[in-house]
Amino acid sequence: MVSGQELRVQQKREVETKQESTVPARFYVPVTDIFETEAALMLALEMPGVDRENVNVKLESGVLTIEGEIDFAKYEGLYPVYTEYNVGNYARSFELSSDIDQERISAELKDGVVTLTLPKAEKAKPRKIKVS
Amino acid sequence: MVSSFSSPFDEMFALQRALEANFASGWLGGGTAGPGSFPPINVFEKGGDLVAVIELPGVDKNSLEIEAKENTIRIAGRKTIKYDEKASVHRRERVTGSFDRTIAVPIQIDPDAIRAEMRDGVLALFIPRAERDKPRKITVG
Repeated sequence: MVSGQELRVQQKREVETKQESTVPARFYVPVTDIFETEAALMLALEMPGVDRENVNVKLESGVLTIEGEIDFAKYEGLYPVYTEYNVGNYARSFELSSDIDQERISAELKDGVVTLTLPKAEKAKPRKIKVS
Repeated sequence: MVSSFSSPFDEMFALQRALEANFASGWLGGGTAGPGSFPPINVFEKGGDLVAVIELPGVDKNSLEIEAKENTIRIAGRKTIKYDEKASVHRRERVTGSFDRTIAVPIQIDPDAIRAEMRDGVLALFIPRAERDKPRKITVG
């Protein structure tokens, strides 16, 4: 078929942490693509239902953490009769190996997908070395 | 059920429990609409009407095709991801492709009055119950 494969449901993965949380609520791991261009490391995370104001990105001692909060008030007055997926806040961390220019990290949200651009620090960029 | 809680965590937990309690309930019946098809659907009741909430992250609303006829609703579309050709991929978890799903709800609905809203990768379908299907009060004479 020319139109490509058919989509399958990806089961949401729960966040596993070393510490146990004091609240029994579930957090989910956003499905993520990571790719690299010459100038930057890019991450695309799927966080359906999270709006612009509720995305938090922080970089601390080489660990990048992205969190997304769902607005549960939207579900007020709705009574579930049939469900196939659960809803919860998102959280995921990555250890960064290359040097990132922290000041210039930017994030964009479109259709429930957060795209992070982490520009490489000058010293981490590949350099052409001439053979003399 | 899902209202007025003291903290956002209580609210989240209450919703998650309520969703779990109705996980793949027999309400939609079997057939091609069964669970496991893409996209996953949650159906809620609100004041006699239905609200279907569907997660479609990364799907452009212009690629969506939504049709309603009698008591069936069809949602079809395509999810595409475009990356710079020169980029090297470290991790690929997101999936792409086409989808086409039809659900049949077990009540009479008003197909002309269905309203669709897409925000932040979540599609909400507001499905009003047909006037003729609404329960009538019967007074004992």
